Amino acid sequence: MEELYRRIDADPEFHALSRRRSRLSWALTAVVALSFYSWIFVIAFKPAWFTQTLGPETVITVGVAAGIGVIVLAVTLTGVYIWQANQHFDAQNRKIVAHAKNEHQT
Amino acid sequence: MPKMNIRLSAALPLTLLAPTATAATPVNTSGIAISFFLLFVCTTLGITWWAARRTMTTRDFYAAGGNITGFQNGLAIAGDFMSAASFLGVSGLIFGFGFDGLIYAVGGLAGWPMVLFLLSERLKNLGKYTFADAVSLRLAATPIRCLAASGSLVAVVLYLIGQMVGAGKLIEVLFGLNYSIAVGAVGVLMIVYVCFGGMIATTWVQIIKAVLLLSGATLVTFLVLQRFGFSFDALFRAAIAEHPRQDTIMAPGGLVHDPLSIISLATATMFGTAGLPHILMRFFTVPDAREARRSVFFASAFIGYFYLLTFIIGFGAIALVTGKPDFLDAAGKLIGGDNMAAIHLARAAGGELLLGFMSAVCFATILAVVSGLTLSGASAISHDLYANVFRPGASEQEVVRVSRISTIVLGLISVGLALLFESQNVAYMVLLAFAVGASVNFPLLFLAMYWSRLTTTGALTGGVAGLLTAVGCIVLGPTVWVEVLGNAEPIVPYKYPALFAMVVSFTGSIVVSLLDRSPRAARERAAFRHQYIRSQTGLGSEGATPH
Repeated sequence: MEELYRRIDADPEFHALSRRRSRLSWALTAVVALSFYSWIFVIAFKPAWFTQTLGPETVITVGVAAGIGVIVLAVTLTGVYIWQANQHFDAQNRKIVAHAKNEHQT
Repeated sequence: MPKMNIRLSAALPLTLLAPTATAATPVNTSGIAISFFLLFVCTTLGITWWAARRTMTTRDFYAAGGNITGFQNGLAIAGDFMSAASFLGVSGLIFGFGFDGLIYAVGGLAGWPMVLFLLSERLKNLGKYTFADAVSLRLAATPIRCLAASGSLVAVVLYLIGQMVGAGKLIEVLFGLNYSIAVGAVGVLMIVYVCFGGMIATTWVQIIKAVLLLSGATLVTFLVLQRFGFSFDALFRAAIAEHPRQDTIMAPGGLVHDPLSIISLATATMFGTAGLPHILMRFFTVPDAREARRSVFFASAFIGYFYLLTFIIGFGAIALVTGKPDFLDAAGKLIGGDNMAAIHLARAAGGELLLGFMSAVCFATILAVVSGLTLSGASAISHDLYANVFRPGASEQEVVRVSRISTIVLGLISVGLALLFESQNVAYMVLLAFAVGASVNFPLLFLAMYWSRLTTTGALTGGVAGLLTAVGCIVLGPTVWVEVLGNAEPIVPYKYPALFAMVVSFTGSIVVSLLDRSPRAARERAAFRHQYIRSQTGLGSEGATPH
């Protein structure tokens, strides 16, 4: 088992995959956190920005639309992550582990 | 007096106080609600009986044998999160204050993507039954498990008391049932589900309830929108026309004003999610990291949808319930308080049948959530403390037996405390549970998985400092120092301590770890590589296909 870990650690593919995965995770985390905290900071410091309505013929305000927008964005980005992970990461990960095991046996 | 109401209501979504409900006028004593509820109880007891015959090993008891699919688990996670407090509390807040209720909804959802991107897969790859498994892999197992188990137990017990007191009050208002009988009934059913059916029964109870709650809320929303020709604008216009605050309900400022409180509240809702042990535990009920990931996707989608419904229901209640004599008591207030807005709306939109259905769904919701909490508390005692600290060699049967005993003991304690705290304001307990989640469990989990230099001494210092800060801020803050102890001015003026406690916890862990030059610290840092590879590949993780 220890040998297997050493082989994986020595595999450049493994490090490339980890980097790609972590870049995506952190980028998406940043987008969600930024959009949520921007919404919160406007409420905390500039609430007047959110009192305007979207247009003259509606009563829906910018704040309501933006809040709903944050919810929709958050759910959409979880979808993006899942799609990426299912499309690419899982297969690459399986390949790396299988590769290390094969080498191990021969 | 109005000021007092605002302060009490600010904590509502997190607990379930019905402050005006002491001399309860029941909302609903119809046979319809009781029939629906009995049907739910019979079905879930049937499931428990079925699950009990499949619960032999610790893996069955804590993790439902690892056989739950991502979709089922997503529903169960969403169910854990969609408590009666978030449904009735958030819709009640929107009914009372409009826009500001949305802060809880958006904050409650925004934590989930983060759980998915950063925690879910690694957690599943590293842990076995509880999150303590994952954090004690490379750190000294005994002290770290004690810390993680304390963090879990404190959060669980506080949350449980908050839910139980809320449940008693809610059932009193809904069905006119005596408080002690209501709390006792919830306690007995919860002990039966968890004790006999373990995680299998707890998960299925949660799934059924999630489906019922989502369907019921969808139906209410549909009927409300139908009244307004499916025009959101028409709905909002009607709400503005009815509400005493008029068009200010569409903008911030009704409920929270102080910027730092808004930010700390947002932080508690966002990071508290990622530290609640009963939710973290659900990641171990699926077979692998892929299903763990899928569970969070489905959970976020359901929770996002649920909050959109809750938002419309809140505004629907303003438009259709406000000022209608049917829903008001002698003093002209909403029967049962603002928390009952969604229930009254169910009647306004769908008549007695929908009222009965939604009342029963709320009861079911309470049962499902307290069961999940009890199971997670019992796992902290039996798996983290008994099987890994006090009796490392204990057999499977012995551990399962201890789990069952812990379930009964925890259940009895929470019923006892709920009876003791009947007439108390317990809002602070739920605030504290979230603060402990955000400031003890989350930093520990995050740093152990992401920061190679974390050491046991650092983790312990940060965790204890975070816990003390959270408790200290709550005790000296407005909720306990002023409202419970009756002092005039709070020593700490902030109601939501999560932000401060989280900063203290992270800083403590990081600084002490960096200063730690012991040989143990060096070994722990060296072990990070191994843990990292396992967390990334799933190699060597529990429940993975045998090699």
